[in-house]
Amino acid sequence: MSDDNLIRTEKLVKVYPMGASKVTALNRVNLSFRRGEFAGLVGPSGSGKTTFLNIVGSLDTPTSGSAGVLGRKIETLSHREAAALRNRSIGFIFQTFNLLPVYTAYENVEFPLLLLKVPSAQRRQMIMDALDWVGLSDRADSRPSQLSGGESQRVAIARAMVKKPPLLLADEPTANLDAENSHHILRTMEKLNRELGTSFLFATHDEKVIGYLRRKITLVDGRVDHDEPLQPSTGTGA
Amino acid sequence: MITLRLALRNILGTGIRAWLNAFIISLALVASTWNQGVVAGMDEQAAQAAQALEYGGGQYWQENYDPYDPLTLEEAHAPLPGELQRLVDEGKAAAMLVVQGSIYPQGRMRSILLKGIDPRQRLLDFPTSALAESGAALPALIGSRFAKAVGLRTGDSVTLRWREPGGAFNAQDATIVHVMQTTLASIDSNQVWLPLERLQEMARLPGEATLVTLAPGTPSPEAPPGWTFRDIDYLLRDLRELVKTKSVGRVVFLVIFLSLGMLAIFDTQVLSIFRRRREIGTLVALGFTRGQVIRLFTLEGALHGILAVILGALWGLPLLWLQARLGFAVPAGTEGMGISIGEKIYPAYGAGYVLGIVLLSLAVTTLVSLLPTRRIARLKPTDALRGRTS
Repeated sequence: MSDDNLIRTEKLVKVYPMGASKVTALNRVNLSFRRGEFAGLVGPSGSGKTTFLNIVGSLDTPTSGSAGVLGRKIETLSHREAAALRNRSIGFIFQTFNLLPVYTAYENVEFPLLLLKVPSAQRRQMIMDALDWVGLSDRADSRPSQLSGGESQRVAIARAMVKKPPLLLADEPTANLDAENSHHILRTMEKLNRELGTSFLFATHDEKVIGYLRRKITLVDGRVDHDEPLQPSTGTGA
Repeated sequence: MITLRLALRNILGTGIRAWLNAFIISLALVASTWNQGVVAGMDEQAAQAAQALEYGGGQYWQENYDPYDPLTLEEAHAPLPGELQRLVDEGKAAAMLVVQGSIYPQGRMRSILLKGIDPRQRLLDFPTSALAESGAALPALIGSRFAKAVGLRTGDSVTLRWREPGGAFNAQDATIVHVMQTTLASIDSNQVWLPLERLQEMARLPGEATLVTLAPGTPSPEAPPGWTFRDIDYLLRDLRELVKTKSVGRVVFLVIFLSLGMLAIFDTQVLSIFRRRREIGTLVALGFTRGQVIRLFTLEGALHGILAVILGALWGLPLLWLQARLGFAVPAGTEGMGISIGEKIYPAYGAGYVLGIVLLSLAVTTLVSLLPTRRIARLKPTDALRGRTS
């Protein structure tokens, strides 16, 4: 794997048991992503987008083939090593925001830093910076129940970005948001990609998201159907 | 630390549910401590009463004497050896003669023990002086329970019958000169106390005794030949055993209450894991290991125990303290318990027991909290993130 290759999969296969039968979610997928990419996996439901993200995010393991992420082979990682990889190097953004309900926005953003044992003074600065990136410095003390959907997703972005990971995985990040909030968070992510150099990999079938992508990989039935560069039509572009 | 912080926030975030669970466990803690305190208080009071009224600082028994076998009484007497007689003369011991007999209250025969004691003794705390002060031909002292059982009152006359050493029966009327209020059944039930010298005359056993009770604190000389010394531990052994049998109820009580609390926690844990699958997935995605997630949920459950201890201390300690100070009246039916109990029981709480019950409840709470978390180990993070179970 070259230094620029953040992710490289080779003949990646994922098969799920489904009752007595088996479903092939990924079928010999070969993909590479470089640092700083703003790419998306698109395709219909069941095409394998989320499965790919889960494997690359070390939340799941391949049935066969190989998935290299940041120089680590996902299929060889122990639970502890996978957790450490996620904690240090990968940020996640989910469709349903997945904020910890008992924590304030500030504490939600603080959580990954606590796991990384970042000293408190440095932690505070990093959290405030992250909340500032997403424009929520004034909502630091709000709990998730007091935030709108858009605000919640922006807190989730701040949480994913606070540790400045090289890779951020976003699974249908706009699915629960209206158009205005969708564009808002996509612009935020695009800005972070540009300013911090973080690689973004989306799983989506939202046209709004696709409008911001610089690379689109279309998955159909677990195979790569198209892999094409795009000229962003909505965002500010790189 | 992060796990503890999150656990604390989660448990306090559940609001009334956490406090209800904690309250149930605190109820088990306080109720069990109270229950134990009552038994310990009964034990202490009964032991004190037994020492004050019967055992003093220990007893010398004539070698044939067996308090559980009335048939031994015929042979269980002997002249007082010199060293025991000296203790009696110095007021450091009291001799007693025990003879089997019967009385005929309201024309019915009832087997009893005739017990002779020096009316002037001050060693045991019951009113033998009434035997000396009375002008009756044969004064007799009985306990209140026995008086009630046979329908005798002060001033009543009752026929006593006993067997002399030759085998012949003899009888004489005695006058009840005093009915003593006592909580100690072993100096009350089926017993008639007479002046020692009178009983020695009646039984034709002059100068003889069945047992000699030492004054508390008096050093016990070696038992003379034909006599056996029984120390206070030996004499209280039956009482302690009886209290132990009462303790079984206490354990059942504790198990029931603790089980209720544990059931609530188990239920909460199972529900919590089911409802918070997405949160579990998020924690894993953020870098928690499965072990950390299991620790988090176990800690949350265990915190119920800690909350219960705090809650129990808040409402239980003042209540328990008040009970220990004021005591509580014993219901009339308690007489049948077989333990000497005063009109009030003053619970006595042992620090060891309280500490033990606290540690036990914390350990059980932790264990019960840990059991449902096995599901987490089987939960795939990808399923958890979608709110599914694996």
